[in-house]
Amino acid sequence: MRPDLTLPKYLAIGYLLVLVGVLSTVSVFIGLKWLPERVNVTQNGFRGTAMNQIVHPAAQRLLQANNLIPESSDPASPDGDKAVDVYENIQVLKDLSAEQFLRVMTSITEWVAPEEGCGYCHNLENLADDSLYTKKVARRMLEMTRHINLDWKAHVANTGVTCYTCHKGNPVPANIWFTSPDPQEKPGLMATNDGLGHPNAINASTSLQADPLTPLLLGKEPIRIAGKTALPAAPYGAPIQTTEQTYSLMMHMSSALGVNCTFCHNSRSFSDWSQSTPQRVTAWHGIQMARDLNALYLDPLKTTYPANRLGPIGDAPKLNCATCHQGANKPLLGVSMAKDYPELGGTPAP
Amino acid sequence: MAYYQNIFTQVQVRAGAPDMGVDHDKIERTGTGFFVHLLGRFGNAQIGPIYLGNLGIASLLCGFIAFEIIGLNMWASVNWDPREFIRQLFWLALEPPPPKYGLHLMPPLREGGWWLIAGFFLTVSLLLWWLRMYRRARALGLGTHTPWAFAAAIWLYLVLGFIRPILMGHWSEAVPFGIFPHLDWTAAFSIRYGNLFYNPFHMLSIVFLYGSTLLFAMHAATILAVSRFGGEREIEQIVDRGTASERAALFWRWTMGFNATMESIHRWAWWFAVLCPLSGGIGILLTGTVVDNWYLWGVQHGIAPAYPHIFPPVVDPAAMGGVQ
Repeated sequence: MRPDLTLPKYLAIGYLLVLVGVLSTVSVFIGLKWLPERVNVTQNGFRGTAMNQIVHPAAQRLLQANNLIPESSDPASPDGDKAVDVYENIQVLKDLSAEQFLRVMTSITEWVAPEEGCGYCHNLENLADDSLYTKKVARRMLEMTRHINLDWKAHVANTGVTCYTCHKGNPVPANIWFTSPDPQEKPGLMATNDGLGHPNAINASTSLQADPLTPLLLGKEPIRIAGKTALPAAPYGAPIQTTEQTYSLMMHMSSALGVNCTFCHNSRSFSDWSQSTPQRVTAWHGIQMARDLNALYLDPLKTTYPANRLGPIGDAPKLNCATCHQGANKPLLGVSMAKDYPELGGTPAP
Repeated sequence: MAYYQNIFTQVQVRAGAPDMGVDHDKIERTGTGFFVHLLGRFGNAQIGPIYLGNLGIASLLCGFIAFEIIGLNMWASVNWDPREFIRQLFWLALEPPPPKYGLHLMPPLREGGWWLIAGFFLTVSLLLWWLRMYRRARALGLGTHTPWAFAAAIWLYLVLGFIRPILMGHWSEAVPFGIFPHLDWTAAFSIRYGNLFYNPFHMLSIVFLYGSTLLFAMHAATILAVSRFGGEREIEQIVDRGTASERAALFWRWTMGFNATMESIHRWAWWFAVLCPLSGGIGILLTGTVVDNWYLWGVQHGIAPAYPHIFPPVVDPAAMGGVQ
């Protein structure tokens, strides 16, 4: 039997629907805050290849707020007395004038230890004293910064880096990493799974390897996994587990740079360079740079740091893509601070 | 028969007592059976009497052993922390042996040994359940269409975890246990072998998968729509076409130009469903064994179009002997 739905009930529902419709239409025009913002989609590749970048306005605002650039201090003259002649125990910045040297010291304090001040690295009684470990680390970091600006133009171009790129006012950069303890060393009979199956910030909450960085950004294990020929070639190619390790590194790169896979790759054939974007070449140099810096500069500092700065297996804090990029495909959103700091090896603006 | 004209099940048919089965079924069953009204809203309200038999009990036991091995290893991987076990449950894994063990049958328990044992018991469980399904179908005098459809799914399972790893010479090629681990494995598998998108058997499998859902929707909608004319007696109408059958046929000729019959629609559905894992299994079997990069294979065979280059030329920097 049909239920007795009389006209007034239908009318009431109808009026209600009309009211909801009118209210939503009005709210669109007056721009209510709770209405979702449109996501910005940029098409990079040829149409139909889905090589798009998706940026949410809220994420973009957050990125801008996190990348405010401190004003550069007034340039210092390279002429005049050399720093080595004025100050004692100068080992790295030997080529600078005393004026330039002082400028670097002032800036590094502002960039790295704004609250702690000079005393974070220096014995204030005797500035030349090397007793604080922070001073020894800072010295090595200055060498590293110059090395990046002079020798790694393939990755940092003329934009360059300064201490601020990674530190942003923190004595320890916000994004550092340590080697995970080897899963094989866990005692007992239960499965070790070679470090798979645990989501974290590095593998971007996947079940892929929890620590792809030790083999790939500290070590130099192969990253390329896809078959090179249509038909199998002897010997047996990359195992699935190696593929998952590469995949985990790529997830890290993607989240560290705030980009999709298609920022660098055409996903129909990830390995094919001829269909990739020029950014992939920059990223390739970035991987080589991270390997170089971790092996030559950061990892050896484990003998300099006190125990509380070391990781679970006694290793030094290291860098990955997020250390500089911090969610932006160009660190500091592409603004070059280094051009104002030739003292750090930066390329002066033309 | 207006009760059919509804989105949800409206009818619960109940005898005075639970149905005890047909004469063909001579097997002792446990209990007298009972009705659950809520279940009747989705299917048949009757539960029981129960018959498990030797095959059923052995299958459930093997399945339970596999389930326990997988679950306990997952729990151990978070150091037996119950909160982490729940938090990471969907990510936790039981991985196959690493590549260095090849097809070794006894790798260390902690390095894939548990995976092999769990896989063995899960496979035995599935095969025993298949046998039980076959024998139950025979016991009731049914055709064996259902067991053979189930066998198609078991084929895909065996290809993924047994046949292909043996052909590749490595257990490490097999699928891990775990919710996200097996999905991440699938993505990694496609990337390693140059994009399964260009694998013709993968294409066929997707056709049959999506085709199955389409056929299922078309058939179910047709039968519900003509039930007011007696269309639910579809099997009788295979040969004895009533007005329901004729109206349904005309409807599809009007909208589609062609129509299945009350018999052929069921063959379409059965073959589509069965061919999905059958063709998918062939596609997996060929991957790595016969083809190493499906994209390059697709280029060779003219199924992967070239797009215009819109970026400046990009060359592999490693091939240029650039800075290391």
